[in-house]
Amino acid sequence: MNTLPLEFEKPIVELERKLEDLKRHLHGQEVNADPEVRRIAERIDKTRQHIYRNLTAWQRVQIARHQARPYSLDYLRLAFRDFIELHGDRLFSDDKAMPGGLATIGEFKCVVIAHQKGREVKENVRRNFGSAHPEGYRKALRLMRMAEKFGLPVVSFIDTPGAYPGVGAEERHVSESIAVNLREMMILKTPTVAVVIGEGGSGGALGIGVSDRVLILENAYYSVISPEGAAAILWKHRQHAAEAAEAMKLGARELQEFGMVDEIIPEPLGGAHHDHEASARALQEAVLKHLRELRAVPADELVAKRYAKFRRFGAFEGGKAI
Amino acid sequence: MSFFEKPSFIGGGKKKQIPNGLFVKCPGCGELVHNLELQENQHVCPNCEHHFAFGARERLAHLLDPESFVETDTDLRPVDVLGFQGAAAYKERLQKYQQKTGLVDSVVSGLGKLDGREVSIAIMDFEFLGGSMGSVAGEKITRAIERATARQLPVIVISASGGARLYEGMFSLMQMAKTSGALALHSQARLPYISILTNPTTGGVTASFATLGDVILAEPKAMIGFAGPRVIRETTLQDLPPGFQTAEFLESHGLVDIIVSRKKLRETLISLLAYLCCATPQSV
Ligand SMILES: [Zn+2]
Repeated sequence: MNTLPLEFEKPIVELERKLEDLKRHLHGQEVNADPEVRRIAERIDKTRQHIYRNLTAWQRVQIARHQARPYSLDYLRLAFRDFIELHGDRLFSDDKAMPGGLATIGEFKCVVIAHQKGREVKENVRRNFGSAHPEGYRKALRLMRMAEKFGLPVVSFIDTPGAYPGVGAEERHVSESIAVNLREMMILKTPTVAVVIGEGGSGGALGIGVSDRVLILENAYYSVISPEGAAAILWKHRQHAAEAAEAMKLGARELQEFGMVDEIIPEPLGGAHHDHEASARALQEAVLKHLRELRAVPADELVAKRYAKFRRFGAFEGGKAI
Repeated sequence: MSFFEKPSFIGGGKKKQIPNGLFVKCPGCGELVHNLELQENQHVCPNCEHHFAFGARERLAHLLDPESFVETDTDLRPVDVLGFQGAAAYKERLQKYQQKTGLVDSVVSGLGKLDGREVSIAIMDFEFLGGSMGSVAGEKITRAIERATARQLPVIVISASGGARLYEGMFSLMQMAKTSGALALHSQARLPYISILTNPTTGGVTASFATLGDVILAEPKAMIGFAGPRVIRETTLQDLPPGFQTAEFLESHGLVDIIVSRKKLRETLISLLAYLCCATPQSV
């Protein structure tokens, strides 16, 4: 995949170019034995480690949005098998920003619902840049109810800049479609696992994320508003997005401290876009682990625990005596 | 009881005022309206029915049976959980709005009566940081719903909110799940929930409890939506249809059950609850 490197990745790219030049220069010789080649290769490793171990919140947001990052359908292909896509909300249309259907992971047959972005312009337009309309949320609910009916667990992939802010979305009440999902997911009598794989954009993310377990990839983010949006409102200018990203504590580690995510799925060094297969293996392992834990729990207990988990979220003083 | 509690609330007098503070220019008809007249008329313009902003405590005084309201969860106080330092520090914003409004946060909740019938109620006040929903607002609304479930009561929520409290980050977002989840359990107990949308109701509040009512009422001309009109225009490069995101628009597009003038709200609620409350097992 040929995409432009992120600004902070440029030192790595420069070294890689240098290494390529040198290898070309040494054409025909034992390149890997050359001390200069080894020296540069080591420097690349060190530079990458240094950069990726000291990422700022804003840098992570950029990785989470990386065009070469694995998207939901990539994980469906690499970590699942036998995917049968099911279309439509039975009310208005089929939302391509929110594919869903039946798929198998390890020993589990499940229902999968997902935000889907596109890479090239044409595909991105078709997928509406991963921003779902009300039809997407209503299709998701239809499929979740099907999962409940047939005793299948639900796996959802969250990767959206947010629900779509458009005229049609408002006319067909995108807010209500999200609200209903929040209410119904809370009492769904089947195990649910959500994975934030890239962007967790606000209510549009939460709309498929009220799950027994919420997992997040190491460099993904989950936020009440985009850093640009927060900057525009609180700083009066989008150029403060980096500060906003820092201030909102939207990274995986912070969310785990808050108890809002249950596990961080490690990404390969250099980010998930660096190695799709390795990322998918890590995701598969984590999802299977949680599905196995949830399998044994009776449905009523699942719902009670799910409610208790979300009920806890909030920071305030006082109010002990309820 | 909280030490934040104020003895009484004389609200609505802090709007943009004409010199001596006695008259307000009505944005609906352009007429000057006397402040006292507005207060007596629940902040509805006597000429054109324009609904002015209405503080939570004043609303309660007009809505419920006299002396019936008992406020709950008065000691819940917001905290700066993220240590938010930005263009403005959250702590300072909180102090400023607490002083300005006499409220501790954006929601007032409690138990009261409507024509003798006990109800659990939560009201948002737009004057407090744009009625934004942070942990305290979410917790108060959740408790109001849970209290209703436990006591087999109807729950009424009156919304007025710009959406999420950005200063609380993900804690704010999670209030959407919490309040909606509490409504799931209330609904399973077959108890009525009436949601009332007032100007404005947007963002995460619209995308959670506010649109989940068994019956959804709205005040005339209230602005109701998910995304703001500016964001929609910038994203879509589309002109917005006339009346877009007004209560009337949402009634004709099927979200709002009834548009109710503020002065008719009490009697409407009483009539609705008479139908929905104490459902006899005849239909089961
Ligand atoms: Zn008027």
